[in-house]
Amino acid sequence: MRPILLQGHERSLTQIIYNKDGDLIFSVSKDHRINVWYSHNGERLGTYEGHNGTVWSVSVDKNSEYLVSGSADNTLKLWSVKTGECLYTWEFPTAIKRVQWSNDDNRILAITEERMGYKGALRIIEINKQQPTQQSAEPKHFFEPAGSKITVAAFTAIGNEVVTGHENGKIAKYNYEEQKEVAASEGAHQDSIMDLQLSLDQTYFITSSKDKVSKLFDTNTLETIKTFSTDSPLNSASIAPGSPYIIVGGGQEAMNVTTTSARQGKFECRFWHKVFGEEVGRVKGHFGPINTIAVHPEGKAFASGGEDGYVRVHWFDESYFRTRVYGDLEPEMD
Amino acid sequence: MSVEEIDFSDIYKKHQLEDLNHLDSIVVLDGMPEVGEDKMPKLFKALRKTFSGKAQIEVEDDQFYMPMTEGKGQGYIFLTLKNSQEATNLIARLDNAPFDSKHTFLINKFSEIDQYLNASDQFVQPTIQEYKPKDHLRSWLSDSQGRDQFITFQNDQVNLNYHNRSGAPQVVQTKNNWTNSYITFSPEGTYIATLHRQGVMLHGGPALNEVCRFAHPNVKLVDFSPKENYFVTWSNEPIVLPQPGSSTVCPFSEDDQGNSLAVWNIKTGDLLRTFPTTPGKMPWPHIKWSGDEKYIARLVPGQQISIYGVPDMGLVDKKSLKIPGVVDFDWCPWGDKDAIASANNKGTRENMLAYWTPEVENQPARVTLLSFPSRQVLRSKNLFNVSNAKLNWHNHGDFLCVQVHRHTKTKKSMFCNLEIFRVREKDYPVEVVELKDLVTFFAWEPKGERFAIITQPDTTANQQLAPGVTLKTAASFYQLDKAKGVFKLLKTLENKSVNTIHWSPRGRHLILATIGSQSKFDLEFWDADYAADEKKEEIQQIANAEFYGITDIEWDPSGRFIAASASVWRHQLENGYAVWDIKGQELTKASVENFKQFLWRPRPKTLLPKDEQKKIRKNLREYSRIFEDEDAAEESNVSAELLTQRKRLVDQWNEWRKRCRASLEQIQSEQKSSNQGKDDTTVEEWIDEVSEDCFYCYYYTNI
Repeated sequence: MRPILLQGHERSLTQIIYNKDGDLIFSVSKDHRINVWYSHNGERLGTYEGHNGTVWSVSVDKNSEYLVSGSADNTLKLWSVKTGECLYTWEFPTAIKRVQWSNDDNRILAITEERMGYKGALRIIEINKQQPTQQSAEPKHFFEPAGSKITVAAFTAIGNEVVTGHENGKIAKYNYEEQKEVAASEGAHQDSIMDLQLSLDQTYFITSSKDKVSKLFDTNTLETIKTFSTDSPLNSASIAPGSPYIIVGGGQEAMNVTTTSARQGKFECRFWHKVFGEEVGRVKGHFGPINTIAVHPEGKAFASGGEDGYVRVHWFDESYFRTRVYGDLEPEMD
Repeated sequence: MSVEEIDFSDIYKKHQLEDLNHLDSIVVLDGMPEVGEDKMPKLFKALRKTFSGKAQIEVEDDQFYMPMTEGKGQGYIFLTLKNSQEATNLIARLDNAPFDSKHTFLINKFSEIDQYLNASDQFVQPTIQEYKPKDHLRSWLSDSQGRDQFITFQNDQVNLNYHNRSGAPQVVQTKNNWTNSYITFSPEGTYIATLHRQGVMLHGGPALNEVCRFAHPNVKLVDFSPKENYFVTWSNEPIVLPQPGSSTVCPFSEDDQGNSLAVWNIKTGDLLRTFPTTPGKMPWPHIKWSGDEKYIARLVPGQQISIYGVPDMGLVDKKSLKIPGVVDFDWCPWGDKDAIASANNKGTRENMLAYWTPEVENQPARVTLLSFPSRQVLRSKNLFNVSNAKLNWHNHGDFLCVQVHRHTKTKKSMFCNLEIFRVREKDYPVEVVELKDLVTFFAWEPKGERFAIITQPDTTANQQLAPGVTLKTAASFYQLDKAKGVFKLLKTLENKSVNTIHWSPRGRHLILATIGSQSKFDLEFWDADYAADEKKEEIQQIANAEFYGITDIEWDPSGRFIAASASVWRHQLENGYAVWDIKGQELTKASVENFKQFLWRPRPKTLLPKDEQKKIRKNLREYSRIFEDEDAAEESNVSAELLTQRKRLVDQWNEWRKRCRASLEQIQSEQKSSNQGKDDTTVEEWIDEVSEDCFYCYYYTNI
């Protein structure tokens, strides 16, 4: 499994995503840029320039027409994927930490940071696709949940619900139309939740936390399905479709990296069997903590982005699909 | 209403005097001189002086009352003290203490006198407490598979495990917050000692219940005697007696005050004696036990070795061994040969100890072998140009190797001599092995006639090594040539980085390892009798391994497994442990955060006589067939268990997925119907998406 190294960022990666077809990879970084790459050979297709701060999050719609990005410059931008043009810019009082398109591609969610007297908020914005440069500046829904701030969020299969991960380790589900908490699991994690990714059919999701644990939750009930305990803080976790594995990544916190050897950093992508809860393999390569992991929507490849500024794209070998570590016992695939 | 009708009881109750209490502050001094009125002031004065001097209690003359009969005292005096606390103190300090040459204080509280008067004259048989069976302290030895146990200590949790040859260890006991610092086993594995602020606790038996405790506050270091009958504790803080009258149980008396080293009897839990800490830096243990546990010896560096008898703890013959300049000493260990001799009542060898003294003026340095208690010098050897020496006894007391660091005449470079005493032979012959390099590590083969050393070139004269460069060392093996009676070099391995040698407790196998290095963490598995079957002894490496951050290595008591650990006490890098078998095959590896200690549980010596052991060895093939069958059965059992467990997990997962899918379908159909009423375009999109999802589901299940 020879990785493709994407060297296009000057600072650490914050998020990478695949588009629905799996042919493009979008990466955002602290160097204010958004890059788009061909996933099959790692060629850079283009750069979306315009942000004046760390770009924290990015999301692309299903047809790969429109891109949204949230940044520490307090703006949320809508881009044309094809032309690289910024179609519209929203301004908020604080940084945007997470964005995502809804399932019907008509709305986006934006999570804003708790700072300067503003509470962390969840905004839902209707996107006018007929006239992309004419957007309403005001979000359709605005909600400030009480308690610990939201760090990550995602739409669920139910039209008006989002699942959220919080700084204190809480997992919750909100109905943003009625502005109420539908379900919550306090203490799902012991520390800040760093990433939350849904399964393909959105019936369950994986979280990763600084508390060194990654967990699978039932989206419907927020029940813990599986727990994966590791020995280093986790920044990202992803469910690999088409195989019984999940991939987690992290490493000792960036601020401590220079004080110890690379060996101790544990900068590896780890593969765990999601049903048996056992680690099955590791992929080395980054020389800093792994900040973000994304899996190809068909499970053919995965990409990891690190504090070291690189994205590594791994196309799985034939043997990855053929090997059956646990013999004939295999769970149903997604 | 008349006065009689009023109920005063509440007022009485409120103002009731506690008349009993003041009697508590009156004591009766008995056994006093019977003096007349004329001598009364003189007596009181003497008493006052005694009280203020010995009990720090000041009294006045009018607090005394001496009843007189015919102008003469009756030998007892009443004394009213300020409060009952003072009375208690006075009794604690002076009861049964001498007043003058003829008289002894017998002090009681006045309130207790009644009690004594009413004491029944009838003898009442004391009830004998029912016998409570004690835990079987060696129950772990009766494991049907004869497995060994080990302890792992991480965070605040201590686990006692059975070591399984294949598969994960079986946790027998888990204890949380068990010890304040470290844990240690007794030499035969019967007891586990845990250290606490108040003292030491020994645990044993199947449930690891408390067996006994030794109240030595702030204990820091502990040591068992070789036959685990006695126990030594040390604290860096001198012993302080608790305030008189306080309820803390304290085994120490005034004589122990200021001492910091205590010797205890494990069977009874009693304190035997305390000692002061010897000034200067001394390696633990401060007290060295003779092999037969009959004597303990303490070194006062430069002056003497004090030897005490056990268990009476008296200085033997009331005098220490005065040895001006003595630096170090050690007892000869108690070997199997001694044990057999003592079991057969054939006269055993007298205890032996070796010590060395450095060069002073015209006198050369000297190593002396001394028998005890006869105090006869058996052998002594003069040494020259000695800068340091180390005594290494063979663990069965067959040999003594003195590692002598010598300097050249210019004192610019150092080299090493090994002076080997063969102490079971007549006249204690000494052989010298001269080496050009410095010996940094020396290890006898247990139950054998070989030793291994690690040497490295002298670096004191050279420049400091560049950082990151490890010093090259060499490992050499020597064996006793019985015909010639000399130790001959078997093999030298050059260009190594290893710095420690760990012989298997049964001999033959050994591990060479690099510990405490920043860049090398290797373990080498060596077999000293690799080609023994072909009658030519060949030392051969059989495997190597690496364990990052290794801090400790320990052989299991059977000599079949090796455990290495990286303890958080030394560094914070990848703490944990690993176990290999003798062939270098890794069996377990666990990375555990905050891992502190790995300890194999020692085993007592075998009870089988030599001929029985021989019989077993002869029939080894038959036994091994039984064991192999057992192993195979267990293996298939384990794998079957694992398989059913996995099957269960998969079934659970599939069932849950089925439920998920059902609820998803329901949600989707609900949304579809609610959307239908609103907008036609969204309906179209929905259908589109659903079909796509289905396509994916189909696609993935077929990968």
